[in-house]
Amino acid sequence: MQVVLDHSPPAGANVRSGKRTGFLLLSPSVLILLVWSIVPLVMTLWYSVQNYNLVDPTLHGFAGIDNYWYLLTDPDFLHSLLNTLVLVAGVLIISVGGGTLLAVLYDQEFFGRGIARILVISPFFIMPTVSALLWKNLMLHPIYGVYSAMMRAVGLTPIDWLARFPLLTVMMIVAWEWLPFAVLILLTAVQSLDGEQHEAARMDGAGPVARFRYIILPHLGRAISVVVMIETIYLLTIFAEISVTTAGGPGVASTNLAYLIYSRALLQFDVGGASAGGVIAIIIANIVAIFLVRAVARNLEA
Amino acid sequence: MATVELKNLRKTYLTEEIIKGISLSIEDREFVVFVGPSGCGKSTLLRMIAGLEDITSGDLLIDGQRMNDVEPGKRGLAMVFQSYALYPHMDVYKNMEFGLKLAGMPEAERREKIEHVAHTLQLEPYLHHKPGQLSGGQRQRVAIGRAIVRNPKVFLFDEPLSNLDAALRGQMRVELSALHRKLGATTIYVTHDQVEAMTMADKIVVLQKGVVEQIGSPLELYHHPRNLFVARFIGSPPMNFFPAIFQGGDSAGSSVQLRDGSTLYVPVTSPGILPGTKVTVGIRPEHVELAPSGPNSGTVEVIERLGAITLVHVRMSDGEIIVVQTDGAVLTDVDTHVSLTLPPQNCHLFAPDGLAFEACRRHPLAA
Repeated sequence: MQVVLDHSPPAGANVRSGKRTGFLLLSPSVLILLVWSIVPLVMTLWYSVQNYNLVDPTLHGFAGIDNYWYLLTDPDFLHSLLNTLVLVAGVLIISVGGGTLLAVLYDQEFFGRGIARILVISPFFIMPTVSALLWKNLMLHPIYGVYSAMMRAVGLTPIDWLARFPLLTVMMIVAWEWLPFAVLILLTAVQSLDGEQHEAARMDGAGPVARFRYIILPHLGRAISVVVMIETIYLLTIFAEISVTTAGGPGVASTNLAYLIYSRALLQFDVGGASAGGVIAIIIANIVAIFLVRAVARNLEA
Repeated sequence: MATVELKNLRKTYLTEEIIKGISLSIEDREFVVFVGPSGCGKSTLLRMIAGLEDITSGDLLIDGQRMNDVEPGKRGLAMVFQSYALYPHMDVYKNMEFGLKLAGMPEAERREKIEHVAHTLQLEPYLHHKPGQLSGGQRQRVAIGRAIVRNPKVFLFDEPLSNLDAALRGQMRVELSALHRKLGATTIYVTHDQVEAMTMADKIVVLQKGVVEQIGSPLELYHHPRNLFVARFIGSPPMNFFPAIFQGGDSAGSSVQLRDGSTLYVPVTSPGILPGTKVTVGIRPEHVELAPSGPNSGTVEVIERLGAITLVHVRMSDGEIIVVQTDGAVLTDVDTHVSLTLPPQNCHLFAPDGLAFEACRRHPLAA
C-alpha cells in the first residue's frame, strides 16, 4: 500500500497548476469586465458622496450623505419612482396580455397569415427614437396627426395626447414597441404545443375558453416569465421615448428614474446628485433582478 | 351499450378524397380494429368518428343518433392518443379529473371514480406524479385511465402501443384485451401492427387508400382473404405469390399450371374464368412443406434461423423465390438443393383483377 502511494503521481500539484492556467486564461476577460463595470461603479459611488456641481465650482469637497438625503426627500424623486413602476407594470400588462392573445390568434390558419405575422413583428425593428418621433409627429400630433384627422372626421375635438396624458401616451408607445417581442416569443411557444393535447382536451369536452385557460396558458407559463424578465430589465431604463416626446414633462408627469438622473446630471449639471440617483437606481434594479431571477428559475425548473 | 354505424362516409381534403365512402356497422361490446399501411386513412377515419375531423358526406350514427355535427366532447366517446397527450402541467389525478370537472361532476363523485379507476389500473402510487415523472408504460396507463374514468360509450384508440418497446407492447396488449373483457365497452382501435389486430380484434377492417378491402374476424382474413391486398397484408412472413395459368375447374376445385410445368388442383371454385387466364397462386410460408420427394424443387438462397422456427428462402427452378417456414431444428444449409410440396388445400387463387376465388369449403375456425 505504502509503495503504491509513494509512486502515485503528485495529483495535488497537477490540479494546482491546472487552476493557475485557468486563472491566467480567464484574466483578460475578467480585467476588461473590471475596467468596464467596476471602474464606473466606483466613480459613481465616489461622486455620489461629493459636492460636485458644474454650475457652482466653488462648492466642492466631501458631502457625506447630503446628496442622497437631498434626493430622497425631493418629491420629484418619489414621483419618478412611481412613474417608473407604472410604466414597467403598464407596458408588461399590455404586451404580455395582448401578446398572448395575438400569439393564439396568429397560430390559427387564415388567409395572409405570413404577411400578418411579419407586420406584427415589424415595430420591434424600429429604433426607439424613431418610433417615438413617428408617434409624436405622425400619429398623435394634435394638428397634423393621423388620429387627430380621424377624430375630426367624425366630428370630435382632437386630443393633445402628450400634453394631457403624458405618462399614458409614453406607455402606449413603449408597449407598441415591445408587443412584437412578446408576440414573437409567445407565438413560438404556442406553436410548440402538442396538437394532440388540444384534441385530447376537445375530447374531454373543453371549449375554446377552457382550452385557453387550462391547456394553452399553463403551457405558456415559462415563455411568459422569460418575456416578463427580459422586458422588465429594459423597461426600467426607458429613456429615448421620454426624451423625444415629453422631455419628462409637463413638470415631472412623465419623468422616470432614468430620465430624472439624466436631467440632474446634464440639465442641472449636478453630478453629485445624479450619481446618488444612479446608485439608488442600481440598488432598485438589483432588488427587482433578485426577485425576477428567482421566480423565473423556479418556473424553468418545473 | 353502444353501436356505431358508418354510412357511406367520405372525407375530402381540398380536392383529394381521403376516405372514399366507407360503410360499416359496429355491434355493442365489439372490439373492432382498423388496420392498413401508412396513409390508408385509418387514423382519419377514427378522427372523423371522434369528431376531430369534419365529415364531408355520409352519416355517422352512434346508438342510432346522427353525430356528424355534434361536438367531440358530447359524442360520449373517449380517445387514447398515440403520444398519450397527457396534460404535462397536471398530475395524474388532475389529468383524469379534467374531463369530469368540465362535465360538472361533483367533487366527491369525481374522487370516487378516479380512485376506482386508479385501483383498476394500479395507478394509485402515482396519482400525484406529473406525467414527466412516469415511464412510458405508466403514461400509457394514465391515458387509458383518463379515457375509462369518463365512462364513455365507445373507446377510440389511435395506435396506442406504437411508442412502447416490444416487451411492454406485448404486456399492454394482453392488459388491453383483459380490460376490454372486463369493461365490455365498444372499442375501435387503429393500428398498423397486424399482431395487435389479430390478437385483440373481434372484427378487423382492412383499409387501403380510403377504401375497405375486407371486414371479418381475424381468422377469416387469414384463411379467406378476399383479395391480393389482404392476402399480402395479413400474415407474417407474408404470403408467397407466383404466376400460374388457369386450366379449368369444376365444383370441387380448379386446376392451374405453374411455370415449372407442374399442376395444382386447388379446392376453390372458378365460375366464369376462361382456361388460359393468367392467375396468381398464393401460399403462406407456414404451409409450404420441405419434402424430399416433393414435385417442386429449388436451391436455398438464404436461411433465417429464429430459434423456434426457420425461414428458408428457396429459389425455384423457374426463378421465383418461395419462403418456407419450417422447424427451428431443420438441418438444411445455404446452396443445397431442396424439394417442396405445395399442399393444394392451403393454396389461394387470385383472378387477374386481384379478387380471390371462393373456397369450396370454409375453414372451421373462420366459418
